[in-house]
Amino acid sequence: MSEHHHAPSGITRWIFTTNHKDIGTLYLWFSFIMFFIGGAFAMVIRAELFQPGLQIVNPDLFNQMTTLHGLIMVFGAVMPAFVGLANWMVPMMIGAPDMALPRMNNWSFWILPFAFSLLIYSAIASIFGFGGSAPNFGWTFYAPLSTAYGPASTDFFIFSVHMMGISSIMGAINVIVTIFNLRAPGMTLMKMPLFVWTWLITAFLLIAVMPVLAGVVTMMLTDRHFGTSFFSAAGGGDPVLFQHVFWFFGHPEVYIMILPSFGVISAIIPAFSRKPLFGYSSMVYATASIALLSFVVWAHHMFTTGLPLAGSLFFMYMTMLISVPTGVKVFNWVATMWKGALSFEVPMLFAIAFVVLFTIGGLSGLMLAITPADYQYHDTYFVVAHFHYVLVTGAIFGIIAGVYYWLPKWTGHMYNETLAKAHFWISTISVNVLFFPMHFVGLAGMPRRIPDYALQFADFNKIISLGGFVFGLSQLILLVVVIKCIKGGEKAADKPWDGAEGLEWTVPSPAPYHTFSTPPVVK
Amino acid sequence: MQFSPAFRFTAALLGTVAYCGNAFAEMRLDMTKGVTDISNQIYDVHFLMLTICAVIAIIVFGVMFISIFKHRKSQGHKAAQFHESTTVEIIWTIIPFFILIVMAIPATKVLVAMDDTSESALTVKVTGSQWKWHYEYLSYEEQNDLNVGFFSLLSTPRDQYDELEGPGATKGEHYLLEVDKPLVIPANQKVRFLITADDVIHSWWVPDFGLKRDAVPGFINELWANVPKTGTYRGQCAELCGKDHGFMPVVVEVKEQAEFKTWLAAQQQAKAEADAAATASLGKDMSMEELMAEGEQVYNARCAACHQANGLGLPGVFPGLKDSPIAKGPVAAHINIVVNGKAGSAMQAFGGQLTPSELASVITYERNAWGNSTGDVVQPRDVQ
Amino acid sequence: MSEKTTEYYVPEQSAWPIIGAVGLFTMAIGAANFIQQNTDKVNNEGSLGGVILFAGAAIIIFMMFGWFATTIKESLAGKNSSQMDMSYRMGMGWFIFSEVMFFAAFFGALYYARMLAVPWLGGAGSNAMTHEILWPNFQAIWPLTLTPAGEHLESMGAWGLPAINTALLLSSGVTLTIAHHALLAGERNRQIIFLALTVALGVIFLGLQAFEYHHAYAEMGLTLGSGIYGSTFFMLTGFHGFHVTIGAIMLTVMTIRSIKGHLTPENHFAFEATAWYWHFVDVVWLFLFVVVYWF
Ligand code: HEA
Ligand code: HEA
Ligand code: HEC
Ligand code: CUA
Ligand SMILES: [Cu+2]
Repeated sequence: MSEHHHAPSGITRWIFTTNHKDIGTLYLWFSFIMFFIGGAFAMVIRAELFQPGLQIVNPDLFNQMTTLHGLIMVFGAVMPAFVGLANWMVPMMIGAPDMALPRMNNWSFWILPFAFSLLIYSAIASIFGFGGSAPNFGWTFYAPLSTAYGPASTDFFIFSVHMMGISSIMGAINVIVTIFNLRAPGMTLMKMPLFVWTWLITAFLLIAVMPVLAGVVTMMLTDRHFGTSFFSAAGGGDPVLFQHVFWFFGHPEVYIMILPSFGVISAIIPAFSRKPLFGYSSMVYATASIALLSFVVWAHHMFTTGLPLAGSLFFMYMTMLISVPTGVKVFNWVATMWKGALSFEVPMLFAIAFVVLFTIGGLSGLMLAITPADYQYHDTYFVVAHFHYVLVTGAIFGIIAGVYYWLPKWTGHMYNETLAKAHFWISTISVNVLFFPMHFVGLAGMPRRIPDYALQFADFNKIISLGGFVFGLSQLILLVVVIKCIKGGEKAADKPWDGAEGLEWTVPSPAPYHTFSTPPVVK
Repeated sequence: MQFSPAFRFTAALLGTVAYCGNAFAEMRLDMTKGVTDISNQIYDVHFLMLTICAVIAIIVFGVMFISIFKHRKSQGHKAAQFHESTTVEIIWTIIPFFILIVMAIPATKVLVAMDDTSESALTVKVTGSQWKWHYEYLSYEEQNDLNVGFFSLLSTPRDQYDELEGPGATKGEHYLLEVDKPLVIPANQKVRFLITADDVIHSWWVPDFGLKRDAVPGFINELWANVPKTGTYRGQCAELCGKDHGFMPVVVEVKEQAEFKTWLAAQQQAKAEADAAATASLGKDMSMEELMAEGEQVYNARCAACHQANGLGLPGVFPGLKDSPIAKGPVAAHINIVVNGKAGSAMQAFGGQLTPSELASVITYERNAWGNSTGDVVQPRDVQ
Repeated sequence: MSEKTTEYYVPEQSAWPIIGAVGLFTMAIGAANFIQQNTDKVNNEGSLGGVILFAGAAIIIFMMFGWFATTIKESLAGKNSSQMDMSYRMGMGWFIFSEVMFFAAFFGALYYARMLAVPWLGGAGSNAMTHEILWPNFQAIWPLTLTPAGEHLESMGAWGLPAINTALLLSSGVTLTIAHHALLAGERNRQIIFLALTVALGVIFLGLQAFEYHHAYAEMGLTLGSGIYGSTFFMLTGFHGFHVTIGAIMLTVMTIRSIKGHLTPENHFAFEATAWYWHFVDVVWLFLFVVVYWF
């Protein structure tokens, strides 16, 4: 049928494209760039915290760095990377010719660069002194710090969040519709690869909570400019209301940032264990339980706001419960490896590191869920340690593992194994030097979001910063590996991993511009 | 072949557990045990959690490690093909569930114990504002109108932490954890804290008491502590509250009851004297030199955090006062904004925070420093 | 009209999405500048915000015309397989779900303010001190006609205009369903008449709503700034009214397309999407009527 099997060329290829592989590539590069920008801000944070005293940035600029680091990593790096992986892989995994709504797919992507330029412009203007302060109230932008007390750039931030929300919702609708409507004949729901399952559930979460985020920033906007009193006690509102609405979005959001990684890991571990995934259906049910529970745990971020006792107890118990399905996932991965025939190519190395380090992050999460203990942990570096373990060695490691796993399919070449191994080992060691001691300083009482600290925290902060610099620099290796792999390298077989399963490995490497124009039949 | 990651992290985890043992307690790696009954209970819950988590981690990573070690393709291990077992799935759903119950019971107990603020001897209202704490003594034993209250500000000199323009001064022992006037409370008596804020959300935290509660503007959160040991306890604001969030420590001094009573009486005395002095100052004229000298001091202590010592402010966040239309315009407007603040902005009402002579001098200072040179002199009586 | 395909249609490259992205960007810049010009945070002596916002909106409208024209052309050319039709349907369904969640945020805020925040300010639960020390004169009542800060306002009753509006919207749901049945039965005239009637009911609803707002502002002292009651009242009814406007525009387009004969008993996804949207707006109103006006 198709008029062209080859990609159109030039810049318009990318701007006007309706091809899921092109759009996937755009998302992945966008995310990579954002990871570097967000990482650069993190480097400023670590440099300032290298020793006590203010040396590099003033406290206001420090807060801007923290805020933008969090926002850019969450909304700019992790989420678009997942959408990029979904774009590339979901149609290929279910035997679909493309995403269900290809033009809307393009729109979802192209909103993002504009949304982030609004945000990053304010940071650049602030750093170079030709504008006021960039958003400086933390990525959680609690009212009233972000309403009555927010800088002028807050309004740009609000509209930028609206745009991100529109993009995410459309992206998620596309994924859901593709999965429900475009599966090849015979690809029943319970035959879908877990990556597809986890993304299906993630997309549901996105559609459910991104509008709530849009709602809360809209309330901020009207509180700032139209005299409403949502977050002001004088008018009968409550600043804590902000936190309820935000975290109703925010907690499902953190699972949005981990479930697709679970899916990636569930593809990689069986492939390199040469053994089918253990407990496929329980993995599906566990993922669904995590998603459902995620709607009733949000106030665990708010234990110190003075919740009523019954509320604290309810949210503590519900939060603890999430460990059960997550544990099932971890156990299933371990059981998949058990008595397999394991080999340790780089995707597998990252997957193993993921399981171990994510579990550490999950266990510290469980500690945070214990309300009385959270009174001591809350807003300290213990929390920072928790969420970097689940986000960096969880979400990001999952993404990196997926990139190594599918690079041969995308580019048609094998990556450079030596460099990739170096990337793995340097990253994995330094990331622990970076984030593990944060547990200690946090327990010892160092609050987060501070540009300067008491002297007893000095030694560990120096170590943390050094780990941070090494980890940051080692990500340049990843950049080199990816570019080299695109440029050339050993020719990749259609199925470069002997244990891999799935439709994506039945098409040539690199995957042709259009795949499965006629749906395959799955037995 | 390198050591497997699982091995290294099991080792790292064991290390952590060891760290938490008593031998390393002084190294400040673990949660502050604190001095109150509650803070000790919290510590125990924390330690229980840590131990259980470490054991789970060791078991899970241990199994994984064995698999990585023994079931390697390079050693010719052939993959088994089992991939399902409902029994196993049920087992590893149920066991964690019971572990959670073991954790939840003590946690619930502590939480319930913390909730009861009744029958306290002393009630203190704690108000956070950008970036200082205000302590107001509402009632002590039988007394109900104590009329004692003061602000508590960071006392670490600016040149110790500000190294943006070159190396700072040597940092003191309690760098960033010291204040001009600490909160003083009696030992062995139940103290109730009423926590609130004037502007944004802050969070009042003393690790040694196991207390942390957000100060939410417009609402009051209650907390209590019964501290058995005298001494000085230090904490920090624990909720991002703007630029100087890192510079609003909490310092609490716990005194024996008798000592506390003496202190309280002295405070009441001092307060009465200060009120009298303020009234007296209204009748007096101060010279320009006096006003400028006192004004500079007040300005640097109370205003420079936002408007900066050089009067330039932070563009887009805090207006500069040098050449500002208000500081060079009509005096009345200037007095008004300093005394009454500006609602819904970071500019707070200083009328209740500073004495008339301080207000007069800081306004005079602002109208004549940094080349503003309006020549205006504002007297204490003008600011009433 | 040509034969329907069975192959899934992957459209050619398209410029509309990027135009849409630029449009949103322009609107965002415009809106942010516009909104700041009446604050003294920024000494903005009349910015171009309004103009930019307008330009952005124009780009979006242009994009919508172009984009919809393309899809209509494709549909008429028979490029849409039934599978494609299903994609559109599912897409619209999930979009409406996302709208439900957007309203849920505001309903949630109303619930929280009414059931928790206001009673707490009045001393309920463990908040005796909040009341005694911070807001000693405050009475926790709903509707909140006297705010903690001491502002008076009047609340909106349910049995005047709002009840009429409820009747209007409910009957518009009926007329729309009649139009739908007519469409399925191929009775074009009836279809057009009842569609037009639905639009008319929607427009009357909006007119009454505007009248109600005017009354609230001019005579009742009830404004967006009237404490949490005013905030939730205007945000909920306002966003609802905005959705009614969008729905009415969609219905108008459907009326025009009906006149042009675009919609057939077999192929009328656009009509169904519009109908779903209208019913959704209807249901939201019922909730509004009950929790905002009535109780
Ligand atoms: C990918 C993101 C991600 C993930 C997956 C998680 C997972 C979890 N998080 Fe985390 N969290 C964040 C991202 C994430 N979090 C972020 C970003 C913040 C900070 C936000 C901010 O304030 O800026 C945060 C903050 C945060 C807090 C608030 C802390 C505070 O501010 O005071 C709490 C409190 O309960 C919490 C709990 C949990 C729990 C219980 C889980 C659970 O899902 C973990 C479950 C996993 C396990 C438990 C490990 C594996 C299980 C087993 C091996 C089974 C056996 C174990 C037992 C049954 C004991 N998290
Ligand atoms: C997925 C999300 C994600 C990721 C990947 C990261 C990655 C990192 N984070 Fe992130 N972090 C958050 C999410 C994330 N973080 C969130 C949500 C917060 C809370 C924000 C808030 O409090 O509001 C936070 C807060 C936070 C803090 C606390 C700040 C504070 O409380 O004040 C710190 C401090 O050390 C920190 C450090 C780091 C470091 C060193 C990395 C490193 O892993 C980054 C490594 C990557 C790079 C460095 C990029 C590589 C680039 C180069 C090598 C090029 C170099 C270029 C130049 C120097 C120009 N983060
Ligand atoms: C927490 C921050 C903060 C502190 C501390 C502070 N101010 Fe301000 N001040 C502000 C802000 C913000 C504004 C701008 C208010 C507005 O117009 O929205 C302001 C405005 C002013 C203005 C009006 C300037 C103009 O041109 O609009 C004067 C005068 C002033 N402050 C004096 C003082 C004095 C005197 C002190 C100390 C006794 C002080 N400020 C302490 C934040 C602060
Ligand atoms: Cu006050 Cu942070
Ligand atoms: Cu959470």
